[in-house]
Amino acid sequence: MRMNSIILGLSAALLSSTAFAGDVRVMWYSDGVEGEVIQDLLNRFMKDNPGINVILDNVAYKVVQEQLPVELEAGRGPDIARVTNIKELADHWLDLTPVVADPAYWQTNFGDQFDWMRPDGSKIIPGFMTQITLTGGFVNKTLFEQAGVPIPAETATWDEWIDAAGKVQQSQQLNAAFAIDRSGHRISAANISYGANYIGADRLPAPIDAGTKAFAEKLVNWVADGRMNKEIWVSASGTTYRAGADDFINGQIAYYYSGSWQVANLASKIGKNFDWVATGSPCGPAACTGMPGGAALVAVKYTKNAAEVGKVMDFLSREDIMREFTERTLFLPAHKGVLAGKIDYKTDDENVKASLEAFLKASGKIAPNAAALPAWKWGTPVYGALVTRISQVMAGELKLDEAFVRIDEDIKAQVTEASK
Amino acid sequence: MADVRNGIATRAGAMILAPVGWLANLFDSPLRMLQRRTGSNGMAVFFLAPNMLVFGIFVLFPLVINILYSMTGGGALFLGDRTFVGADQYGRLFSCSSYLDPKSCIEDLFWIAVWNTLAFVVLQVAMMVAVALVTALVLNRELRARSFWRAVFFFPVLLSPVVVGLIWRWILQRQGLLNLMVFEAGGTPVNWLVERNWAFTAAIMVSVWAHVGFYALILLAGLQAIPKDLYEAAEMDGTRPLRVFWRITLPLLAPNLLVVLVLTLIRAVQIFDEVYVLTGGGPGTSTLFLTQYIYEVGFASMLRNPGLASAASILMGAVLVVLTLIQLGIARRNEQRGKMR
Repeated sequence: MRMNSIILGLSAALLSSTAFAGDVRVMWYSDGVEGEVIQDLLNRFMKDNPGINVILDNVAYKVVQEQLPVELEAGRGPDIARVTNIKELADHWLDLTPVVADPAYWQTNFGDQFDWMRPDGSKIIPGFMTQITLTGGFVNKTLFEQAGVPIPAETATWDEWIDAAGKVQQSQQLNAAFAIDRSGHRISAANISYGANYIGADRLPAPIDAGTKAFAEKLVNWVADGRMNKEIWVSASGTTYRAGADDFINGQIAYYYSGSWQVANLASKIGKNFDWVATGSPCGPAACTGMPGGAALVAVKYTKNAAEVGKVMDFLSREDIMREFTERTLFLPAHKGVLAGKIDYKTDDENVKASLEAFLKASGKIAPNAAALPAWKWGTPVYGALVTRISQVMAGELKLDEAFVRIDEDIKAQVTEASK
Repeated sequence: MADVRNGIATRAGAMILAPVGWLANLFDSPLRMLQRRTGSNGMAVFFLAPNMLVFGIFVLFPLVINILYSMTGGGALFLGDRTFVGADQYGRLFSCSSYLDPKSCIEDLFWIAVWNTLAFVVLQVAMMVAVALVTALVLNRELRARSFWRAVFFFPVLLSPVVVGLIWRWILQRQGLLNLMVFEAGGTPVNWLVERNWAFTAAIMVSVWAHVGFYALILLAGLQAIPKDLYEAAEMDGTRPLRVFWRITLPLLAPNLLVVLVLTLIRAVQIFDEVYVLTGGGPGTSTLFLTQYIYEVGFASMLRNPGLASAASILMGAVLVVLTLIQLGIARRNEQRGKMR
């Protein structure tokens, strides 16, 4: 009897830690509430499909960025993953065409973003975007009102925005006027508004041009004159990501440039402390663009349960499920059918509704140079070099001219190394 | 009552040791047979084999792989998929007009990290040894609640480096505890983690705070091994306390101090975790140390360069080997001195 109990106990322990045929493992990271929402949806799927056990591994974003690529290189990994570095890892995605019920449905509703996720020239169906993101600004309306400074118009330039935020900073005695996330992706929107183009004629990175140089110089000057929050960019080295959201949430800055994925985070943390709204992207001489991007749910080609993966992906990509996911997570949808219909975001917060509307509106003004970047293989080394070297200029370690030379060298070295 | 207790303890001991005895009996005959066939040298090899196997798998094999990686290029993970580039990665690291000026190097961040690490090692080791010595001297005195104070100084050693980094980040950030105290005292808050010199100082202080308890413990053991009669004789001779320290304490503590010095040096060269959490290598690159450089090139960057990271780690490993040999030399010399006494 005792031996039987031990054997039963051991079996239970083994069962709980081993993946079997029929198991589908999903690696997922969350910016806001989407982890809970997806778990809820997957529970519903498992109830309707008792033969398929979906295991949701909620991990930190850093795990997806740093550990998943190594697992994939080793021919391992989860069956499905939610990733943002979609293009760099494109060789590892499974072609869902043979395992989904209706490939034409996928093509119609998600086809516009397939090139973001698959190798150049490929025609596979690799997955779908769980959300489309767009970079853009947020303004603390209450601080602007208290300072008596009018919020700049939709067509205001970067200079006009920073000048207005600077006036609020002086009036309200803030530590800084504004912040931009420490991210090459974020400043690329502004670079492109100043006329930058990263993609050369041969599809390799072009040397950084006058547009990038113009905005980089502005950034450095804004740090030097105390209007841009120095901490976000200077207090780290290399490509380390730092968000400026906390300073905005704490009412320490008047203007914050980040992106649509912050809406749920800001809503939950700001609450009724002050009024805020998204304002789209400021203008430069060439455009008033944000940078598109997003997180994709992709199937991994090393899965041993491709048929089950297809069923899970079919379920999650259904229009009603995508609509529910979008409305509950407060994301911008990628599904064409959902976009065409009415989206009833599940929030009473007027700041959120206005912000999401602003982002939806701004998504119609994306410059071609910005729209091309998510499907471009070499975006990441460009973003990384920009952040690393511009931060060094801000910290007083390099001059701008030296930084520009280094940026080109860094990008060239990385492309050469990756091409070996 | 005591007999009963002893009886219970004996029975418990016998129960615990019974399986060991049973196993010993089980292996006795085969081991005797093996010894007859292989001799005592063969038995030594037999008993060392498991340890050597573990050492081979987890130390020697990765080391060889690392050396091979350092001679390859590309982003592929498997060695077979990588391009052989010979000493190109080392050439890239050493490609400088002047090693004193990182800006003149192709891999300027590597040389920035080298010089930062060197500065950190010199300053941190000096401070660590000094603070550990003072702490040990104080804890060696007849204090009230001496055990409590010893525990207090040792406690940070038990903390995870990530926890240490986070705690101090909360204290030192712009709106942290330290600035609150400065503000309350009427001072002007300082951006401790954004100003270059302050951030570097903070990295040293935090590292000393986190590890000083361990080194103080080694020195404390050394202090307690110094014969008391030497101090009594000095006291009877009316020797001044400072002279006692220089003439008795320091010379007799020298072996322990050397061990602490070398261990601190090795640890300082490897510095990464708590400083990475505390400053992220910033402001700019002022707290970018070698291990972080290797980590970022090899793992954190989206386009990883394992070859360059391996080459840098081999160079750092060479420095550590030299330091370890020094430590082994010191340990051996101490052992010989002990035998001579």
